[in-house]
Amino acid sequence: MSILVNKDTRLIVQGITGRDGAFHTRSMLEYGTKVVAGVTPGKGGQLVDGIPVFNSVYEAKKATDANTSIIFVPARFAIDAIYEAVDAKLDLVVCVTEGVPTLAMIKLMDYLKDKKTRLIGPNSPGLISPEETKVGIMPGQIFKKGKVGVISRSGTLTYEICSHITQAGYGESTVIGIGGDPIIGTNFIDLLKLFNSDPETEAIVIVGEIGGNDEEEAAKFVKRKIKKPVFGFIAGQTAPPDKRMGHAGAIITGGKGTAKEKISAFESAGIEVIYEPSEIGSKLKTRLT
Amino acid sequence: MKIHEYQAKAIFAEYGIPVGKEKIAQTPKEAKAIAQELGMPVVIKAQVKVGGRGKAGGIKLVERIEDVEPVASQILQMTIKGIPVKKVLVAQAIAIQAEYYLGITIDRSKRKPILLASAAGGIDIEEIARTSPKKIIKQIIEPQLCLLPFQARNIGFKLFTDAKIANEFSDIALKLNKIFFDKDCSLVEINPLALTTTQQFFALDAKIVFDDNGLFLHPELKAYEDYTDEEVLEVKAKQAGLSYVKLSGNVGCVVNGAGLAMATMDLIKRLGGEPANFLDIGGSSSPEKMATAMNIILADKNVKVILINIFGGITRCDDVASGLLSAIRGLHKTIPIVARLTGTNETLAHNILKGSTVIPAKTMVEAVQKAVALAQQRRANQ
Repeated sequence: MSILVNKDTRLIVQGITGRDGAFHTRSMLEYGTKVVAGVTPGKGGQLVDGIPVFNSVYEAKKATDANTSIIFVPARFAIDAIYEAVDAKLDLVVCVTEGVPTLAMIKLMDYLKDKKTRLIGPNSPGLISPEETKVGIMPGQIFKKGKVGVISRSGTLTYEICSHITQAGYGESTVIGIGGDPIIGTNFIDLLKLFNSDPETEAIVIVGEIGGNDEEEAAKFVKRKIKKPVFGFIAGQTAPPDKRMGHAGAIITGGKGTAKEKISAFESAGIEVIYEPSEIGSKLKTRLT
Repeated sequence: MKIHEYQAKAIFAEYGIPVGKEKIAQTPKEAKAIAQELGMPVVIKAQVKVGGRGKAGGIKLVERIEDVEPVASQILQMTIKGIPVKKVLVAQAIAIQAEYYLGITIDRSKRKPILLASAAGGIDIEEIARTSPKKIIKQIIEPQLCLLPFQARNIGFKLFTDAKIANEFSDIALKLNKIFFDKDCSLVEINPLALTTTQQFFALDAKIVFDDNGLFLHPELKAYEDYTDEEVLEVKAKQAGLSYVKLSGNVGCVVNGAGLAMATMDLIKRLGGEPANFLDIGGSSSPEKMATAMNIILADKNVKVILINIFGGITRCDDVASGLLSAIRGLHKTIPIVARLTGTNETLAHNILKGSTVIPAKTMVEAVQKAVALAQQRRANQ
């Protein structure tokens, strides 16, 4: 099994006629994802790679029975695109767009609290349940269906780590990039819960980085609730304070959010710390058959 | 985006938060003219966007007019935490009875703004939080409602018994809240907020950090841009679609993705080297982008070796390889380059680089080991 997305996921691409939207629509289709509709206001009626384009998410859902959307629209319009997907009552919305204003995200999260829609991102590479569906921008070939659940704040670093998991022969149940922004729709804890109750996920890998205290909160949760083996990696041990390291959320402010704090939180929660990506294979071997 | 104290105070003044009489000077002569106009004593304050200016000697009280020029001249020649002082703020000194802290920032775990206030002003709020957390009053702000008048009032009455003073304090809190929401801030802070012996409030210092992601909503904030030399390089990188931060080591790195870039820096350190920079080339990789990346890294004279670590997904390794080759052709000096290119079109990339001076590596560990060894070797040879 997998979490959040699987072979039955019916996907809408918001911003399908844009450069990125069109490119990744093709890549997702090649992977086998059921892309059923696209949305670009004003371009309803067109086809992109044979996929019908609609003027609104509501129309797209009504016509195709879609349950998930992925957003590729520019930052200026991304927040509106998320509200629209929530209003259309989709189950899951994945926002790939980078550069969404933080206060707008804060207001959106407040609005979302009693809605049924789950948001992943923004600034997320998306998620993949290998050999079932890909709702994101990751290269499909490095993943293999398997038993390790991966939750990450990063993109390419996740690929690096997953390539080692795949090479070690375990494969992944679902891999989720939660996004590199300070305020994101779904955090580590939400997904730890889902992986914990997924029978096919036998181990969980958390890929964190400097900034905020989501990793510390996740560590506390793991200590209290998770019985499956959990592994953790933190990027940014050499990052200087008060400098944003590429991601909007990756910044040490007021001496808080350092890699050192996060690693010690992992250790005290019994999370096995990985110090370099290639170690994950051998570490998994000590805990899994 | 951080701005200077004097710029933040201009915004405060616009919103009706009381600031003292003060003006900005770029030369000792200007500083003296301002002091003459304001009257003695004055405080001369270095305008650099870092904390700890006072401790570094960048803030001085001057009693006599004849001392203004030499003190201003001394501060204008200072470098604080690596940043040269280019401007000083000359402010009328005021008689202070007490100093308070008032700030609004974002509580990432609650996903809401939070107001912090304390009677222990003047010092680092993180320091207060560590040593005496009970001295900080906290108020979570509901994002749809903003800070409500009763919440501001309650904080005022927690800090002051005098109703007039309490009301003035809460009025300032509400104005600060308005700036925070109006301008998409990550931080607005008055530390210290001084209460004078005549029972008036003044923002003695001012700090505003704007959310970089929100800047496009506020074109008027462009006027506050004032970059240091180091930041200029970062801005130049950003315009080219790259994300760059200079560090102090000698292994220059070019990586795709912020997380992998940080992990690469960490591995360099772990294997005995020192990274010279953080550099994320982002999602695509045209030859021009690679050339810009190489030039930015080579502008740092400490760099002894360049390490390229690419995990191709959307980024195609062959694009990186041909970009790298043309970048090498345009270089004015020779520098060893170690490249690890894996993922999309890696075989094509390896063929492109065959016969070039680029040193190949199969894994991230191997690439880092080779780069660190080369950096140490070149340092020893000097």
